[in-house]
Amino acid sequence: MTQQFYVSPEQLMKDRADFARKGIARGRSVVVVSCQDGIALVAENPSPSLHKIGEIYDKIAFAAVGKYNEFESLRQAGVRYADVRGYSYDREDVTARGLASVYAQSLGAVFTAEQKPFEVELAVAEVAPTQEQDHLYRLTFDGSIADEQGFIVMGGQADRVSSAIADGWNASLRFPGAIRLAMGGLVTDAEAGALPATAVEVAVLDRLSESSRGSRRAFRRLNDADITALLAEED
Amino acid sequence: MQESTAHQVAANATSSFTEHLQRDRPELLPYNRDLPAGAGATPLQVPHATTIVAMSYDGGVLMAGDRRATMGNIIASRHIEKVFPADQYSVLGIAGTAGIAIDLTRLFQVELEHYEKIEGTLLSLEGKANRLGAMIRGNLPMALQGLAVVPLFAGFDTAAGFGRLFSYDVTGGRYEEREHHTVGSGSVFARGALKKLWRPNLTEAEAVAVAVESLYDAADDDSATGGPDPVRQLWPVVYTVSRSGARRVPEPELAAVAGSIIESRTIARREA
Repeated sequence: MTQQFYVSPEQLMKDRADFARKGIARGRSVVVVSCQDGIALVAENPSPSLHKIGEIYDKIAFAAVGKYNEFESLRQAGVRYADVRGYSYDREDVTARGLASVYAQSLGAVFTAEQKPFEVELAVAEVAPTQEQDHLYRLTFDGSIADEQGFIVMGGQADRVSSAIADGWNASLRFPGAIRLAMGGLVTDAEAGALPATAVEVAVLDRLSESSRGSRRAFRRLNDADITALLAEED
Repeated sequence: MQESTAHQVAANATSSFTEHLQRDRPELLPYNRDLPAGAGATPLQVPHATTIVAMSYDGGVLMAGDRRATMGNIIASRHIEKVFPADQYSVLGIAGTAGIAIDLTRLFQVELEHYEKIEGTLLSLEGKANRLGAMIRGNLPMALQGLAVVPLFAGFDTAAGFGRLFSYDVTGGRYEEREHHTVGSGSVFARGALKKLWRPNLTEAEAVAVAVESLYDAADDDSATGGPDPVRQLWPVVYTVSRSGARRVPEPELAAVAGSIIESRTIARREA
């Protein structure tokens, strides 16, 4: 019979947190930037079909780093939560705050109760009519939730990327400037220079989607040609 | 053990919002209700949505509906809307029990958007038409008790490159229509009008005029169908769907079309 050794709760939680952190640190980074035109979500992701960024609802987007199967199941759960809520109440009753708190609870429950914590970090972004009302929530593997201002950086080299973004970020950025800033921050290899459009996944939440596109759905995924065209634009 | 986990995951992986509701929140579905035994002996007095017409034209499909809902001999609403965009490339119109039909429409809209978000791609037009058929079949027990809903579905098939039109019966049977189709209480009269007014390769503007005129004829002979109302400035709801997506024809355009039809009928001074 195997002997059960006593492990202190502190040690158990620390081991789990270290395990999750290691898993997340292996992945590439994601940047979410709030700017004048809306919110830009940029991920370093060479795959054109396995997305790290997704649409949740009219004004809400999702971005994640870590294990694909884990954050994909969380993304789908988020879409279901939002659609059920919007269908049973009303579309405007679906908020990023509600969604983020559901995510926080599920991540927290998995962290303490399951065999292994989720090796993911999530961002939930909601675009509003004015920039001050934008919401950016960061959720970590243990269920912690943080309300961020301006931008979120997650993933492998978060500290380094974060300082690069912090240097260049200001509230008056437009989409080309914000995406350029994010792509500049994501460059891991200093000698390689800028990232090509094929190496990143970019999506935006348009602040004025109703008037500019006649759609209440603010989320718009940019393809490689869109990205190249946008980056060529001057601010 | 592992096999059963994989089986479970596969069974839970659904891109359908309706399936999700069926499993987790069946009380939210518009159908699936057990009506008390004996109900249906006397038909329920609830608002009924009436006439919808749809037709193909050069470059797309068009759908139009009048603005009246009736409850027996009472006009329940003068400005109800019965044609809705289902998603970017399709529209649906509903006739029958208004309460259930409007909820079914909402469910169908969420169903299409839900699939798009989960899968990252739009459902094919055939796929959309089949999903709608399944929903109508789901409502069959209620239809048997007198609360029937009959939709009409039109969309642009982006893969094939032309507009298509689907009609349904209460059992969810789906039939593709080639030229034009009508549903609802005034449908026979609208259909008669369309037989004379419709021809292949109409332009979009001509198709709008044909739709409004066929609804005018339906309203002429069917008390449950509302005609254009210049007093209250109420015009039919008309949507066109082409390669560039679904578009609601703006009110001023419809006012002009309805105005010219009323004018020509006034000049003709015909009795019937």
